[in-house]
Amino acid sequence: MDAIYLDHAATTPVHPAVIEAMTNALQTSFGNPSSIHSFGRESRAILDRCRRYVADKIGASEKEIYFTSGGTEADNLAIIGVALANKAKGKHIITTQIEHHAVLHAAEHLETLGFEVTYLPVNQYGQVEMRTLQESLRDDTILVSIMMVNNEVGTLQAIAELAAIIKDHQAYFHTDAVQAFGLEQINVAKLGLDLLSVSGHKINGPKGTGFLYAGKGVKFHALQHGGAQERLKRPGTESLPAIVGLTKAIELIVEDNYPHKASYENYRTVFLQVLAQEGITFQVNGAPNAYAPSILNISFPGTSVESLLMNLDLDGIAASSGSACTAGSLELSHVLIAMYGEQDPRTENAIRFSFGLANDAAQIKKAATKVSQIIKRLTKQSTIIEEVK
Amino acid sequence: METNKNTRVVVGMSGGVDSSVTALLLKQQGYEVIGIFMKNWDDTDDEGFCTATEDYDDVVRVCNQLDIPYFAVNFEKQYWDKVFTYFLDEYKAGRTPNPDVMCNKEIKFKAFLDHALSLGADFVATGHYAQTHTVGNQVELLRGVDNNKDQTYFLNQLSSEVLEKVMFPLGKLPKKEVRRIAMEAGLVTATKKDSTGICFIGERDFKTFLSEYLPAQPGRIQTMSGEDKGQHDGLMYYTIGQRQGLGIGGPGGPWFVVGKNLVDNILYVDAGEDNPHMVSDQLVATNVNWINGQPESPLACTAKFRYRQQDSDVSVTIQSNGDVLVDYPQGERAITPGQAVVFYQGEVCLGGATIDKIFKHGEQLKYVG
Repeated sequence: MDAIYLDHAATTPVHPAVIEAMTNALQTSFGNPSSIHSFGRESRAILDRCRRYVADKIGASEKEIYFTSGGTEADNLAIIGVALANKAKGKHIITTQIEHHAVLHAAEHLETLGFEVTYLPVNQYGQVEMRTLQESLRDDTILVSIMMVNNEVGTLQAIAELAAIIKDHQAYFHTDAVQAFGLEQINVAKLGLDLLSVSGHKINGPKGTGFLYAGKGVKFHALQHGGAQERLKRPGTESLPAIVGLTKAIELIVEDNYPHKASYENYRTVFLQVLAQEGITFQVNGAPNAYAPSILNISFPGTSVESLLMNLDLDGIAASSGSACTAGSLELSHVLIAMYGEQDPRTENAIRFSFGLANDAAQIKKAATKVSQIIKRLTKQSTIIEEVK
Repeated sequence: METNKNTRVVVGMSGGVDSSVTALLLKQQGYEVIGIFMKNWDDTDDEGFCTATEDYDDVVRVCNQLDIPYFAVNFEKQYWDKVFTYFLDEYKAGRTPNPDVMCNKEIKFKAFLDHALSLGADFVATGHYAQTHTVGNQVELLRGVDNNKDQTYFLNQLSSEVLEKVMFPLGKLPKKEVRRIAMEAGLVTATKKDSTGICFIGERDFKTFLSEYLPAQPGRIQTMSGEDKGQHDGLMYYTIGQRQGLGIGGPGGPWFVVGKNLVDNILYVDAGEDNPHMVSDQLVATNVNWINGQPESPLACTAKFRYRQQDSDVSVTIQSNGDVLVDYPQGERAITPGQAVVFYQGEVCLGGATIDKIFKHGEQLKYVG
């Protein structure tokens, strides 16, 4: 049985061209970019090229790109780094209730250090409304962090409009673009961003790499200390092969002019069509008019997440849920709770299917048919149990 | 072997050596094995440490050694509603509950079994030391061959219908052999210590644990002749036959708990191992379960009044309401309300019930009153 991978929001397969570029870097450029000899210079030249390329593709300058170990580190560096460097200007931070834990837990950590954090609510589509940001803004606000695409439901925020609200305010605007990057072009200047986080392994690059964009003049502190790498903001010898891989992954998307959105949109349509044809009862969680087509979050009434995910896996479909389920502790999704409230059954039966390079249209159709069979089996079963009771 | 490959067996895995070997043996027999960890209780402390997380980690490591899929499932709510609530209610009533019996009945062989069936399982398996045996359309529950480890006592509330779906691969093995198999296979849990006591209390102090859920009402300790012997910490902390922790010194001892008066909050004690106040010859038990249907009454069989006790000869009379009257004229010491009485005929476990009232020479003892 060939399993079908529908969990690209968790991580993606590495593109063969990325593997090739990384292998080449591992084999030929082992020098430390900080060394002053020829080996070092060779690596440094590659590093500079990568940085320049990445900067150029998001409308930034080279000195505004800081390579990190991934999205989590980029988020932490942005949020904690900015807070620590700007506390003289104020100790208030605004973020949302639906951020990734890399942002939420960093913000909670700041609360223990005496910062005050406002967690903006969202509407039932998972969108932050303009007025809630306006109303929460204070004179002592130093940072606003709102994710571009939500990793659980795929809702796309109106980042440019949100950033415009604080254009003349002292606060910096950060966006976690981990799930958004690669779907369409991102230009930091046009969006009005001060900080942006990106992860390599969500875009068919290697794990353990990512970058933070921080605009010129944005003050932030390093979180770890050591050498002078990344202009002192992220010390530690650069993982050149990983950075080469990340850059290659970006190049593959950019040079092909952001090709994936249309096919994911098609997968999404096919998937939902099959469910409807099979007569499955379901609800799509997210925003009907503003979403990333790579993420499809669906609630199946009368089922439970645990049972669904296990059944899907045993039948060869890899999907996931926003609800963290480690060692059997079922923590309901904070995103769905923010959208629907704690009592809504949708928080207990939502599955996230996320599309990517491992898929094709035939697979999606097959997967949706299998999902339908499982849902029918499970709901039939629970109906029988109810009847017996 | 070949025929087993299409049989899906879901193993309830705790992270201990017994369930690890259960999965190993089934895998060796060619079944399609899936390991599932049940999380029934959350004891996460301030440091974020949770016993279940550690145990699940062991399940993951063993399943990876065996190359079988693994999942975790949460039954905290069911456990709280069906097992823990019962546990507290029994203590409130001055009795000594048996949460393991209830856990098997309501969680492992109900909620978990249902879950496994929803995954397309043909059978569930656990690491219990017990055996099943099919006779016609009935499945009997037999003692495990390791008499010292036999766990049928805790399984007395199961039905033949449930046992049809159950495998106990360890039932034919002595515990030592199970450890040896685990060692030989290099399972990471091979030398892990067996868990003891009540699962949700673990290594913690029982009194402290209980006091977090039930208010303790200290009261007086009295002998059966009315002599005051000091203060007790709350009746729920004591069990019939208990000797340790009474805090009574002086001449005349050793002292044993022989009864509880819930109305006046008095703990009765009396001296001597063979104290007549502790000995009974008849009991009434409720919540009766007969695994293979109700037998002819009266029934001559053997019974255990507690885990790991030798069997005693008893005569069981089934009342019109289904409760049982159990006679044991030879007399038994420290039989405890709330515990299970489990009936056997030879190797077959017939079923069991919850001990409710205790008598001697037709007079009810003051165990609870």
